[in-house]
Amino acid sequence: MTPLARKRLAKYGLNAGAIAVFLFAVFPVYWMVATAFKPNDEIYTTEFMPVPLSPTLDHVERVFTKGVAGHSIWEYLLNSAIVAVTTVLVGAVFALLAATAVARFRFRFRTSFLVLLLIVQMVPAEALLIPLFLMVRRLGMYDQLIGLIVVNIGLTLPFSVWMLRTFVAAVPKDLEEAAWIDGATRFTTFWKVLFPLVAPGLVATSIFSFITAWNEFVFALTLINETSNYTMPRALSFFIGQRSTDWGGIMAASTLMTIPVLVFFLLVQRRMVSGLVAGAVKG
Amino acid sequence: MSPKLVPYALLIPGLIVIAALLLYPLFQMVVMSFQKVGLKQIRPKNPVPAEWNDFENYTTVLQSDLFWTSLRNTVVFAVVTGALTLVVGTLVGLLLNRLGRAMSTVVVVGIMAAWAVPPTSQAIIWKWLFDADSGIINWALNLLPDWLSSLVFGRSDWSGQPWLNEPLTIYLVLVMAVLWASFPFVAVSVLAGLKSIPSELYEAARVDGSTGIGTFRKITFPLLKPVFSVLIVLQIIWDFKVFTQLFLIAGGTNMPREAFNLSLWSYIEAFSPPPDMGLGSAIAVVLTVVLLLITFVYVRQIVKAEDVR
Repeated sequence: MTPLARKRLAKYGLNAGAIAVFLFAVFPVYWMVATAFKPNDEIYTTEFMPVPLSPTLDHVERVFTKGVAGHSIWEYLLNSAIVAVTTVLVGAVFALLAATAVARFRFRFRTSFLVLLLIVQMVPAEALLIPLFLMVRRLGMYDQLIGLIVVNIGLTLPFSVWMLRTFVAAVPKDLEEAAWIDGATRFTTFWKVLFPLVAPGLVATSIFSFITAWNEFVFALTLINETSNYTMPRALSFFIGQRSTDWGGIMAASTLMTIPVLVFFLLVQRRMVSGLVAGAVKG
Repeated sequence: MSPKLVPYALLIPGLIVIAALLLYPLFQMVVMSFQKVGLKQIRPKNPVPAEWNDFENYTTVLQSDLFWTSLRNTVVFAVVTGALTLVVGTLVGLLLNRLGRAMSTVVVVGIMAAWAVPPTSQAIIWKWLFDADSGIINWALNLLPDWLSSLVFGRSDWSGQPWLNEPLTIYLVLVMAVLWASFPFVAVSVLAGLKSIPSELYEAARVDGSTGIGTFRKITFPLLKPVFSVLIVLQIIWDFKVFTQLFLIAGGTNMPREAFNLSLWSYIEAFSPPPDMGLGSAIAVVLTVVLLLITFVYVRQIVKAEDVR
C-alpha cells in the first residue's frame, strides 16, 4: 500500500470511529425525544420505528393537562425551578464571600479551610441522608421545598467556593489597590471593581449549582412526601412504580426536564473540565 | 472592622452552612451508628431517647449476608464501570484529538448531550432501551443470525427477554447507563490534556522512529498521568455511591435485595418500615470510610498541585 493510500484509509477509519461514538452518545437521547412524539401503536411494538411516522403531541399535552400523580407537570417544573433558583441565589452569595476570603486574604486556618472544603466534597451525600432527614424534620421542614433548598445549599457550597476562588484570584489585585488609593471604601471596591470582573465566573459556578439542584433525586425522595411538593426527578420516578409504564408520557416529561440542563451544559462545557480536574490539566 | 478580621467575617456564612449541613450530620451519623434508633426513637410524639447499643449495629452489618452481596456489588460495579469509562473515554479523547475541526466539534457536541442527561432520565432511557417487549435492544438482538446468537448467548429468540428481574442483568443495564453518561467527561478531560502536550515531542518521537503504541506509552501516558489519577479517583467516587440510577433501574424499593449496593442498603434499612436508622447509619459509616480511604490520595494530589498553602 502506498503511504498516501494508507493515510487516506486511516482517515476513513478515524471518521468511521467518530460516527460510531457520535451515534452511541446521541441515539439514547434521540430515542427519548422520538418516543415522546410517537403515538402509542408506534411505541408498543416489536418493530423498529426509527422516526415517529405520525408524530403526535398527545403525550406532551397529557403530562401538562392530566399530569402525573394527580398534578400537572407545570407544578413539578415550578417546584424544581424554585428549589434550584433559590439554591443558586443563596449559595452564590455565600460562595462569593468565602471565595473572596480565601483568594484575597492570607490568614490563619486558610489552608485548613481549603483542605476541609476538599474533604467534605468526598463525603457521599447518600451517607448523610439519615441525619439530614432527622434534622430537617426536627426543624419542621419535612415535606416542604425549603427543606430541600437548605440541603441543596449545603451540598453545592463546597464545590462552588472551590471553583469560584480561582476566578477571584484571577482578578489583578492592582485594580482594587487603585480604587483604594482613589478613596473608595472597602464595599465600593468590592461592588464596583471586583464583582463585575468575577461575574462571569459567578455565572459559571451558578450554572453548576443549578444543574446539581435541578437533578437532585435522593433527597427529593426522602424529604418530600406530598405529590404536590414533588420536584421533576421525583415526579419522573413516580412513573416507574406503576404496573405498566406509560413510556410516551415518561419520555415527554423526561425530555422537558432535560432541555434546561442541556442548554446550560453547552454554555459552560469548557469550565466543566477545568473546574473538576482542578490543577491536574495545565493548558 | 480591623482588616485582620475581614476574611473571618467573609467566611462565617459559608462555614456555618458547612458545619451545620455537612460536619454535624457526619458526626450524628457516627453517633447513631452506635445507637438503637428505631420507630420508637424517631416518632414525632414523645420519642424515646436513643439508647447506646455499643457495636450491635456493626455486628449485625457484618453478620448479614446482605453485607457481602452489597459490598461486592459496590466494589465490582465501581471497578468495572470505572475501568470501562476510563478506557472508552481515553480512546474517544485520543480519537477527538486526531479528527478534523468540524468532525471534532460535532462529536464533542454529541457526547455533551449524553453527559447532560440528568441521572433520573439516564435510568429511564436505558430502562426503555432494555424493555422486555418493546425495547430496541431485544429487537436488535433478534436481528443477529440465529447460529451466532445461539453460539454466543445460547439462545436465538430475544422477544420478551426481561433484563430487570435479576441482579446480574440489572447491573449490566446499569453499567451501560452509567458508562454512557460518564465517558464524555473523561474524553473531554483527556482531550484538554492532549492539547497541552507540545507537538515538538511527538515530532521528535516520529523522527526517532517511534510508532503509535510506543508513543502513547512513552510520551502521552506519562504526561497525562496527573489527569488520569484525578479521573480515576473521581470515577471511583461517583461509581461507588451510585444511587439514583440503580434505584430506578432496579425498580425502586421493591428491587431484589441481592441487587443492593451499600448506599441503597443503608437507605432501605433506614427508611423502609420498620425503620432502623442505627443500622442504616452503620452501613453509611462503612461506605464513607471506604470512600475516604480511597480519595485520600486525590486530596493529597490536589493539595500538592494547587496553591492551597
